[in-house]
Order: sequence, then structure tokens, then C-alpha cells
Amino acid sequence: MKISQNDVEHVARLARLSLEPDELQTMTRQMDVMLGYVEKLNELDTTGIEPMAHAVPMSNAFRKDESQPVIGIERALQNAPASGENCFKVPKVIE
Amino acid sequence: MKFQNLTIQEMRQKLKSGDLTSVELTRACLARIKATDSQLNAFITVCEEEALAAAAIADQQLAAGNAELLTGIPVAVKDIFNTLDVRTTCGSKILDNYVSPYDATAIVKLRQQGAVIVGKLNMDEFAMGSSSENSAAGAVRNPWDQERVPGGSSGGSAAAVAAGQVVATLGTDTGGSVRQPASHCGVVGLKPTYGRVSRYGVIAFASSLDQVGPVAGNVEDCALMLGAVAGYDPADSTSVDCPVPDYLENLQEGVAGKKIGLPKEYFIDGLDADIKQAVDAAIATYRQLGAEIVEVTLPHTDYSVACYYLIAMAEASSNLARYDGVRFGVRKDNGEGLIGMYQQTRSAGFGDEVKRRIMLGTYALSSGYYDAYYLKAQKVRTLIRQDFQNVFEQVDFLLTPVAPTPAFKIGEKVDDPLQMYLSDIFTIPTNLAGTCGLSLPCGFSQEGLPIGLQLIGKPFAEAEILQAAYAFEQATDWANKVPTL
Repeated sequence: MKISQNDVEHVARLARLSLEPDELQTMTRQMDVMLGYVEKLNELDTTGIEPMAHAVPMSNAFRKDESQPVIGIERALQNAPASGENCFKVPKVIE
Repeated sequence: MKFQNLTIQEMRQKLKSGDLTSVELTRACLARIKATDSQLNAFITVCEEEALAAAAIADQQLAAGNAELLTGIPVAVKDIFNTLDVRTTCGSKILDNYVSPYDATAIVKLRQQGAVIVGKLNMDEFAMGSSSENSAAGAVRNPWDQERVPGGSSGGSAAAVAAGQVVATLGTDTGGSVRQPASHCGVVGLKPTYGRVSRYGVIAFASSLDQVGPVAGNVEDCALMLGAVAGYDPADSTSVDCPVPDYLENLQEGVAGKKIGLPKEYFIDGLDADIKQAVDAAIATYRQLGAEIVEVTLPHTDYSVACYYLIAMAEASSNLARYDGVRFGVRKDNGEGLIGMYQQTRSAGFGDEVKRRIMLGTYALSSGYYDAYYLKAQKVRTLIRQDFQNVFEQVDFLLTPVAPTPAFKIGEKVDDPLQMYLSDIFTIPTNLAGTCGLSLPCGFSQEGLPIGLQLIGKPFAEAEILQAAYAFEQATDWANKVPTL
């Protein structure tokens, strides 16, 4: 096994997902198959090969630091599950 | 004549001459959608009111002689494009109630060209899939055989064109999501070079691979759609600032004297016999048209699926972190605090395939595994790009199958994700290398399912593969075949 059920539970916590017991089992099995498959890449010697983050050879794209029109508070909040006083509302963070 | 047999160019002429108004055309299009979509499920949202209002404005512009490239032409877009004041779900439950507060740049450009947007097309959730079965709105069906998938993730975009619901659509292609459904539905689909079309406002899946691409019933309409949406956009720092050629101008150029490469790794045992036969016939056609055919090698092809899925899943896990129930989307909260709200929202909102990819991506990026998985995949990606750079020194473009089999049955691969991923083997390398590719019809299987031919061009050589596709289309009559619906 490339990955244990405990590992999968840990990754789920990192990804902010909670998995039901049966989901956890299926996920472990399927992740194991995929991780086994991608092992294939280790057949290749990549010593000295530059990693490629991007298809376009470009460095940072800079723009002038000037103010531009923005979407506005009303538009920005229109899809908020909860809002008030021009803010997004979330469950209490600090007790 | 039924409107669904008209091309964009024919529609433009009829609109210009006054034979047809945009309102008439749009009503006919909406009626066709109403009559056929219960069978196909290609649309998630139909924007009847907005479309008719836009058509009325287009008619005024046409009357005043101010026609742009697409003035008055009804088109539709994948539900991945943010569309102002229209529900935009990306095929996900988590965005069930999301109404976009802005237009993606590609949508802005379509509107500037006068297009009438009639609706939002069904797709795999967050563009993750090769069958358009992973949608909160239900599976899309293939117009040629409703028991089969239309391909994915832009399955709605391809099915709608094949069924004559709309004349052209926009999709997105991260690992074949425009070309593979175009192939399975018997229409023309193009994945432009990374950076050719702005990604601003396109809901992100894997940002270093995603690209907007048009789907149409023929090569000329596909070229016209590309011209409408291509170009640099300051709002997308990865869009490339180089001039957009007139893709229609030299479409008749032909392929005489062109050197076409056949990568031997794409003609392997296990390739479906009908597909092999159709692609071989296409090669013979190109030879007759005066092209020179040479065998080439892309030695790292076999590693592309593993490389692609690691990179795409890692990028997806990061991009999809934004769906946390705070700023938009459906929130689930049973009072277990902020972290609990995140977990409940994401667990209830994402489908199985999306969860699987977030999990694998999170794992590949997590402490202790980053070098072994993500960094390794990025290095292999360099090798895959070098393969393409090498062959493009020898040939003008490549000719390959689009998919190893024709459209498979609905449900056939849902329980075996790896088999589903492997069906993308011929389309994925183009995205990894960042170059362009298109799919066009080249025949049918014995069961009557469409087969697609892929042409892969050099970076920013869309005009060249469109010319080659046009030459093939003129020499054959596959593009004229339509499903009965």
C-alpha cells in the first residue's frame, strides 16, 4: 500500500474535507491505485532537468501601481452566504 | 431551410441581406433547444429573456449597417465562464446559487462582436472529467447515441453544436476537454496555445494548463470564433501580447509542400481498429493533397498521463481552496465553528471526482511528498515539452488520433478513475507542452460513432493547423454529417 487510511484522514483534514467511513475506504483504495500509477515517473532520470511551472516563458508581469475601477461592495457581497455592515460574516473564530 | 443546417458565415449573410432577423434566428435556436434538450441535457441554463433582448439590439445594429463578426448570431458557452447576472455553476452543487457579478474577458469579447448568448452549457464539475457525467446537473448525452457519453469536460459545448442547438460554443481544454468531446460528437474543436485567449473570469481548474477553446460545425466557423476571443488581456498576466492574425484570411492556403509528422507513440497496439482505419485514410488524403508524411518520435508520451494528473490535481487543490462558504456559493454550517463550516460546506458541495482530485493534489503538495510528486512531475513536463520542440524542428505539424476509442457508454468508466484518465493520453501532451491542437471529424466507427482527427501545431500556429484542417474538410464530406434528433 502506498497510502494508509490514517494518511488519507490526515490529508482530508488538510483539504478541509470530512469523509464518511465508506468514502474514506473508497478514497484510500483509489488514491492507492493512482499513487501506484504515478510511480512510473521514477523510471525517468531527471537529474539536472529544470522544473517547468508554466508553458509560456515569461517572468513576472508587472503593471503600474495605479488605482483602477473595482467591482464595488454591493456586487462583491451579492453572493455572500451571510453579510452585514459591508462585510462577509463567518462563524465565530475566537471564543 | 432549417436554421440548424446553416453555418455562421451563412447566418451572417442572411442577417446582412435582411432575409433573416436576429430575433427570428434566436427564437428558432431557443425552440430547437427546447425540442431537443430533454434528450441531451446539454444546457444547464437557458437565457431566453437576455438572448431575445440582445437579439433585438443586434437587429438595430444590423439595420444601421454596423455588423461585427458575430452580430446577431446565437451562441452558447460552457458554464465555467463568469457571465454577468447569469447563474454560473461550473457543474457543481457548491455554486448552485452563484450569480456572477461580472463577465469573463471571453464573454466581453463575444458581446463586443455582437454575439447573442443563449445559455450556459453542461460540463463535468469544475471541468474534471472526460465524459460530462460528473455534473450536478446530470450527465450529458451524445447526440449520435444517447446511451453514450459526449466526452468531456466540455461535453455540453460539443453536443449542443452536433445537435444543431447552437451554431458555435466556447469550451475550455485543460487536458483535452475541447478536443475529445468534439471528436466524440463529430464537430470541430480547437485548443489554442496557452496564453492565446484570456483566462480572466474562467473558473480555474489547473491554471498552468487551462485554455479557452471554440467548438463549431466546421473549420471556418471555428476559425471565426477563435478570432473573436483571442488576444492579450491585461487582466490575465499569462495571456501573451502578440498580434492576433486574421484566421479566415488564408484558410484556403492548402497543405502542398507541408511536412506532417506522425508520432509513432500515438499509433500503438490497442488503438481501436475503426479509429486506426479512419486516421490512416486521413493520412492518405493529406498525401494526395501534396503533404509529405514522416514518422517522428515523442519518446516521453507514455509518462504524460502521470505527469498531467499530478500537476493538474496539485493546481486544482490549490485553486479550489477558495470554495469555503465565506464569499460565495452554498454554505453548510451546523454550528461547529469556522473550520467545521469549511468542512461541512466542502464535503456537501463537491462531487466525488472533485474530492478525489483535491485529495490527491493536497497529498502531492504536502510536506514530505512535494519533491517526490509535484516537483518530479514538473521536471518530466520539461522533458515532454522538449519532445515537441524537437519534432517541430523537423515537421510543420503533427497528425494523431484524438482518443483511443470512440465515445464509451454512460456509466462504463465511472468506477475506474484511472481508466477514465488514460482515455486522455493523446490530448494531454499538447496542454503540458503549451502548444495548440484541434480535432476535426474524419470518419465513423462501424457502430456509427464519430471519429476525430487531431492536428497539433507549433505554439501560436493556430492559423496553420486551421488551414490544414480546412483542406481536409474540403476534400472529404465528414463535416456535413449530422445526427438525427
